[in-house]
Amino acid sequence: MAAVSGLVRRPLGEVSGLLKRRFHWTAPAALQVTVRDAINQGMDEELERDEKVFLLGEEVAQYDGAYKVSRGLWKKYGDKRIIDTPISEMGFAGIAVGAAMAGLRPICEFMTFNFSMQAIDQVINSAAKTYYMSGGLQSVPIVFRGPNGASAGVAAQHSQCFAAWYGHCPGLKVVSPWNSEDAKGLIKSAIRDNNPVVVLENELMYGVPFEFPPEAQSKDFLIPIGKAKIERQGTHITVVSHSRPVGHCLEAAAVLSKEGVECEVINMRTIRPMDMETIEASVMKTNHLVTVEGGWPQFGVGAEICARIMEGPAFNFLDAPAVRVTGADVPMPYAKILEDNSIPQVKDIIFAIKKTLNI
Amino acid sequence: MRKMLAAVSRVLSGASQKPASRVLVASRNFANDATFEIKKCDLHRLEEGPPVTTVLTREDGLKYYRMMQTVRRMELKADQLYKQKIIRGFCHLCDGQEACCVGLEAGINPTDHLITAYRAHGFTFTRGLSVREILAELTGRKGGCAKGKGGSMHMYAKNFYGGNGIVGAQVPLGAGIALACKYNGKDEVCLTLYGDGAANQGQIFEAYNMAALWKLPCIFICENNRYGMGTSVERAAASTDYYKRGDFIPGLRVDGMDILCVREATKFAAAYCRSGKLDTSSLHACSCVGINYRTREEIQEVRSKSDPIMLLKDRMVNSNLASVEELKEIDVEVRKEIEDAAQFATADPEPPLEELGYHIYSSDPPFEVRGANQWIKFKSVS
Repeated sequence: MAAVSGLVRRPLGEVSGLLKRRFHWTAPAALQVTVRDAINQGMDEELERDEKVFLLGEEVAQYDGAYKVSRGLWKKYGDKRIIDTPISEMGFAGIAVGAAMAGLRPICEFMTFNFSMQAIDQVINSAAKTYYMSGGLQSVPIVFRGPNGASAGVAAQHSQCFAAWYGHCPGLKVVSPWNSEDAKGLIKSAIRDNNPVVVLENELMYGVPFEFPPEAQSKDFLIPIGKAKIERQGTHITVVSHSRPVGHCLEAAAVLSKEGVECEVINMRTIRPMDMETIEASVMKTNHLVTVEGGWPQFGVGAEICARIMEGPAFNFLDAPAVRVTGADVPMPYAKILEDNSIPQVKDIIFAIKKTLNI
Repeated sequence: MRKMLAAVSRVLSGASQKPASRVLVASRNFANDATFEIKKCDLHRLEEGPPVTTVLTREDGLKYYRMMQTVRRMELKADQLYKQKIIRGFCHLCDGQEACCVGLEAGINPTDHLITAYRAHGFTFTRGLSVREILAELTGRKGGCAKGKGGSMHMYAKNFYGGNGIVGAQVPLGAGIALACKYNGKDEVCLTLYGDGAANQGQIFEAYNMAALWKLPCIFICENNRYGMGTSVERAAASTDYYKRGDFIPGLRVDGMDILCVREATKFAAAYCRSGKLDTSSLHACSCVGINYRTREEIQEVRSKSDPIMLLKDRMVNSNLASVEELKEIDVEVRKEIEDAAQFATADPEPPLEELGYHIYSSDPPFEVRGANQWIKFKSVS
C-alpha cells in the first residue's frame, strides 16, 4: 500500500496541497479520548437515551463541573436535568435517593468521595440496604460518582480512598475505572443498572488520553459490572490493581519485561461484586500474586483478595505468600516528598514483585 | 322503637354480615352529614389558614372511625405480642396518634406519596396494606409485607416509602420524592413526616433549603408527641415552635388529636403545593400528642380528654351521624379482624432459610452470597 502511494505521490509533487492530500493515503490517527471526555460522553449518551436520568451535585451545571466532567451538559439539557445543589451532601444525596425510589434515575455527584462521608448514611442505609429490607419491593436505581483517592497536594482530608469502605457493603455495587474505555463503559452500565452503584473515578486520570477502540465509540458500549480485564498477559506473576495504580503496574511490567519477567496485569474494574474467577485463574497460571491499590493497607481491597485466594482453589498453586502494595498507613501528608512516598510508586511495585519471585 | 330496632339489628348482625344491619339502621334516619367547628391553626408566614369549620359525611365518618379503630387495635395487639416476645427488636407504636395517619390520608389522594420514620405501622395500613401483612411482618414471617426481611421499621407499599430507621434520614428522601413528582409533572405531592426529636437533625434543614429553593411539592410534617426518644422537647429543642422552624417555609400548628383538623390542614397544604400555585411550595404542620414517657397522671389525662377516636365518636353520635350501637358493631368487627390477623401472624412460618440471600440486587441474574463461613453459600435471587 505504501509503495502504491509512493508512486501516486511523485507525479503530483508539483500540484496544489489540496490535490496532494486527496491522493495521499495514510492510516487514520487512532482516536484519543481523555478519561474526562469519556465520562462526559457516557453521561451525555445516557441522558439522551432515557428521560428519567438526571445529574445533580455541586457545580455540575453552570460551572460545567468542578473538574469539568459535566462540561456542556447543562447547556444541552437545561435546569430540569442538570441540577446545581447547595453544599449539602447529606441533604442532596438523600434527595437523590428519594428521587430514585420514586422512579427516576439520578446521577449524584460528590465533588470528591471525601465529602461522601457526610452523606454515607444515605448511601448505605437508605440506598444500599433498601431492596433487601423491603423484601424486593423497593429498588433504588442510583449512581454515586466522583473522584476518589489521592490527588496532588490536597492533604489528608481530601485524599482518602473509599474503595474498601463502600466495597464492604452488600446491596451496593462499586466500580473503579482506570482508562477512558473503562470510564465510559462503566458509567453507562452503572446508569442502566437498577441498583445503587458507586463509581470511584480518579482526578489525576481525568486529563489522561487513551486510545479509544472502535467499539467504545458506540452509544451502546457497556462494560459489564463484575468483570475484570487482563490488561497484559504474563506468565510469571499476577499483578492485580484498580484505578490509577493499574497504569503504574503496566509501567512496572514494562521495566520487568526487559529483565525477562512477564507480569500478568489485571485491571479489576469492579470492586464489588469482585471478579475472583479471573484473579484465581491467573494465579493458578502464574503461581504468584501481588495486589496494588492506593488505599490504606488495613482491611483494604488487597486484604480481601488475599483472604479469598486462601479460601479458594488458587491457594495450592501459590509458590510464595501473596503480597500487597498499598498506600502508606498514614493520613496523607502535604509535602511533596512525603506525599510521593505515601502512595505506591512504580519502584515499590517492582520491589514487591521481585521479592515475591525471590529475584 | 329504638330498643326494638337495636335488638333486631343485633340478631341480624349475628346471623349475617354488614349489609343487613346497615339496611336496618339506614332506615333509622341518620343525618347525611354535619358541620363541625375545628380549632384554628396557628399560622407562620401565611395570611390565611385552613377553614375553621368542615363538613363530615356519615360515610366518611364511619370510614375514619373504622380505620382509626383498626389502627388502635392493631397497635395494641402488637404491644401485646411484643410483651410476649413474639415480636422482637424495635416496635414503635402509634396508638393514640391515629388521627394523624387517618387524617393525613383523608387529605390526600392515593396517587400522592408519603414517607415517615419508624413509627410507621399506622401509615402502612392507611396507605393500603392489610393488618395481616403488617402483623406478620412484625412477627417476622414469610407472609409479612417485606417477607420478614424488614420488620417494624421497614414496611413499604405503593407510594409509601417506609418505614425508615435512621432518625431524620427520611426527610431528604421525601424531598427527593417530591422532586420526582415535580419532574414527572403529574401534580402529585409528597408528605414527609418526622418527629419532634428528628426536627433537630441538620439534614432536615438541608432538605428545607433545597425544597424551598427548587419549589418542590413537599409537605414537611412534624408529629410532635413531646418526647424525642426519652427526652422531653424542652430539654432537646431551643425552639419548640416546630411549625416555624422551616423559617422561609410557611407553617401551620395543627391539633393532631382531631382528625378533622388534620384532614383540613392536609388538604390546605396539598392544595398550596400542587402545580406551582404559589411562590413557596412546602408547608409545615405539627403537633400531634402521643402517649410516651409520661407520668401515669399525664397518660390518664390525655386518654380521657384527647382520645382521637372518642372525639370522633362523640361528634358523630351527638350529630346523629351514627348510633352508639353501630359504632360498637364496628368495634366488634375490627376486633375480629385483628384477632384473625394475629392468628395468621403467629401461625405463619418464618421465611425459608434458603432465601436468606435473596433481594440483594434488583433485576440481576442469580449469584452466590457468602454465609458465616466460606463453605456456607446462599443463592441470591433478585
